Amino acid sequence: MGINYNVPEYEVVRDPQRCIACRVCERQCANEVHSYDPKTGKMKSDESKCVNCHRCVALCPTHALKIVKNNDTYRINAQWSNEAIGEIYRQAETGGMLLSSMGNPKPYPIYWDKMLLNASQVTNPSIDPLREPMETKTFLGKKPDHIERDSEGHIRTDNLPPQLKLEVPILFSAMSYGAISYNAHECLARAARALGTYYNTGEGGLHEDFYKYGPNTIVQVASGRFGVHKGYLEAGAAIEIKIGQGAKPGIGGHLPGAKIVGDISRTRMIPEGSDAISPAPHHDIYSIEDLRQLVYSLKEATEYKKPVIVKIAAVHNVAAIASGIARSGADIIAIDGFRSGTGAAPTRIRDNVGIPIELALAAVDSRLRQEKIRNNVSLIAGGSIRNSADVVKAIALGADAVYIGTAALLALGCHLCRTCQTGKCNWGIATQRPDLVKRLNPDIGTKRLINLVSAWKHEIMEMMGGMGINSIEALRGNRLMLRGVGLNDRELKILGIKHAGE
Amino acid sequence: MQYEGQVRIPSGCAISGMFLRDGRKVNGEPIIRSIATMHDRSNGLGGGFAAYGIYPKQKDLYAFHVFYNSERAKDECERMIRANFDISIAERIPTRRIPQITDEPLIWRYFGLPFRKLLEDRRLDEREFVARFVMKVNTEVRGAYVFSSGKNMGVFKAVGFPEDVGRFYRLDEYEGYGWTAHGRYPTNTPGWWGGAHPFALLDYSVVHNGEISSYDTNRRFIGMYGYSCTLLTDTEVITYILDYLHRRNRLSLKETADVIAAPFWSEIAAMPEDRRRYYTYLRNVFPSLLITGPFSILVGFSGGMMALNDRLKLRSMVVGEKGSAVYVASEECAIRAVEPELDRLWSPRGGEPVIVTLNKGVRA
Repeated sequence: MGINYNVPEYEVVRDPQRCIACRVCERQCANEVHSYDPKTGKMKSDESKCVNCHRCVALCPTHALKIVKNNDTYRINAQWSNEAIGEIYRQAETGGMLLSSMGNPKPYPIYWDKMLLNASQVTNPSIDPLREPMETKTFLGKKPDHIERDSEGHIRTDNLPPQLKLEVPILFSAMSYGAISYNAHECLARAARALGTYYNTGEGGLHEDFYKYGPNTIVQVASGRFGVHKGYLEAGAAIEIKIGQGAKPGIGGHLPGAKIVGDISRTRMIPEGSDAISPAPHHDIYSIEDLRQLVYSLKEATEYKKPVIVKIAAVHNVAAIASGIARSGADIIAIDGFRSGTGAAPTRIRDNVGIPIELALAAVDSRLRQEKIRNNVSLIAGGSIRNSADVVKAIALGADAVYIGTAALLALGCHLCRTCQTGKCNWGIATQRPDLVKRLNPDIGTKRLINLVSAWKHEIMEMMGGMGINSIEALRGNRLMLRGVGLNDRELKILGIKHAGE
Repeated sequence: MQYEGQVRIPSGCAISGMFLRDGRKVNGEPIIRSIATMHDRSNGLGGGFAAYGIYPKQKDLYAFHVFYNSERAKDECERMIRANFDISIAERIPTRRIPQITDEPLIWRYFGLPFRKLLEDRRLDEREFVARFVMKVNTEVRGAYVFSSGKNMGVFKAVGFPEDVGRFYRLDEYEGYGWTAHGRYPTNTPGWWGGAHPFALLDYSVVHNGEISSYDTNRRFIGMYGYSCTLLTDTEVITYILDYLHRRNRLSLKETADVIAAPFWSEIAAMPEDRRRYYTYLRNVFPSLLITGPFSILVGFSGGMMALNDRLKLRSMVVGEKGSAVYVASEECAIRAVEPELDRLWSPRGGEPVIVTLNKGVRA
């Protein structure tokens, strides 16, 4: 044992009675935890490499494996947890920033779980979605502020700013080709088309094979401008300017040169092997008036036919920022909460910067209404939506729709081991290694995404019906349908809801 | 205990309306008889009427009906009224003392027109000026509440059963071409008279039966356009939506109905191209003004009346016709009580507005 030995977080427990030394675990583990000892004819494990992705557990034909939390501990200390101590050792050894992936795992309050939904009793009938229409369709985009009529007095219907039509108020959030695999992108694109919704290219450009899903694609323009050209802008149904990301507000991105190979290099339009570094700010946006110029540049480039989304991370002053964006010409604002996922972020940033999406969303929706500009933009909330109840609560707080990222990856097989940054995803999602990528079957992945969103849609319809609401639009901003539990007055005020029992 | 306005109170209800397209006028007796037939649909905690064509001598003046909780509120409100309006009549609304109606506030009415100069200075059209004034009094003057503000029409309401309210206000002494009535069954005591229906702004009056599930979506949207809901009732928000769409956005009543009780997407998909475009446009542009949950409403306005059900028809509502008279009520019995022999009786479909107006050439 070296003096830099870090106690593994997890322990691989192998039942010797069940293990038949078939070596499936060895072949499945890109982290090389498992190995076969020809001398003893038995399997061995190197737990220091285990990330607890559960690939071996899921594929072991005799269910001989389980991964458990390692009991080994430093002397128990409420201030200095094992994790805190281990991180010091790692940084003392390497001199580097700690990196992590996926969303903030710390036990901050989850406001979704402190809000409860209403249902009809006596004074108002609940509506059965099996018997009556129950509408989840919605449109995102700026609404005109007055009605125009033609010479015969009919309402003109051709003056509408560009809109996104969603059959269900759930979109797949931005994940770049590069951060995730070709197969993962294919699953998202095909599922978005089948569901009547949209997926988002992230900052990695759009692979030429996926232009055919353009009507269900949101193309992103981020600070590195990778993969951005006229054809790309024209291919999508909407354009998203990414200002920030909930997992790492205020900083840019870095896809290592090792991952810039083949199609990824071509799609990002940068040489093979060069690092793809997205600057922290857009260097043409140092203020809100600059944002307006970029919004209109993109609109000019696409002849005002596509809505422009501006995505920001939920930070302290989010309401004022959103108010500025709503006057910038943007059609949609996407707000990303501090729990949102990422392919790689400095751990300290991920775990300590930004605010919960529930509070940010409520504050933004209220502010835009106070300023009478809520109709200028639609709102998409993202960053920790875990289930259909979270979706319903987000819409009742004021969102027009939600972005899901982590939930979509889980549907594809992700086990939230939070080590995407290593590029060795055993589930074929956050990797570019062909042998790993092919583990994600696009047909099956597509089907699983469709299943997930369809299941949520059914649940949303049941919850709406219970409240006596038969259109998702009559739920939007309907905060009387929410009550807080265990929240203090200040929290209730920000959320704009009453406490249970009131 | 909290008064209505501090707390939201769902209600069940009875509604009834009659409209004489030939402009004939009848007194309040038949509408009282009609709403009294549905006595069991209300619980004595609210009743009221709207009557059109009742002030022919002051037909060009705004008629404000106001409740006051105190002399102080009256003084304060009257100062505001006199600062903004040229008032020709200020008087108590005549009432009849009956044991069923108690705890009445001061009930006054004023007839007048806004000062020209003020309209010019503020560059507002007369109706917008009046609407803003009413909103200002109702949100800013404690203990004063303007519950009627149209021309040649008036609202009369109180806590009590509607038939008692009608007698209390001596409606037999008024004659109108259009009448609506409301009996209320709130699930909580409203505490004061302002919560009773009809709810009115300018010449729009609404009586409503139902509890809308889209309330807070509607309220928060309409709140952006200067309508602040002081009563927290469905009827109030519906009235503001009508004012916003019909008066401010100049939608026709049919178009207004197409927004608030829009057809389902599945129905729209089956329509011919031009209809599909029209409905898709309206739903896209005014999504937050869709009203869901059960309602049947009667909207009174100068020279007409509209009846509308929610799109699933979760509340009963029937329409009857006899000659030039049109009757609408929650129950058929309430129509038969005043007109046993009808030419036609039908139950309009959910979301299908029934709009009646004075015949061409008839002046109210």
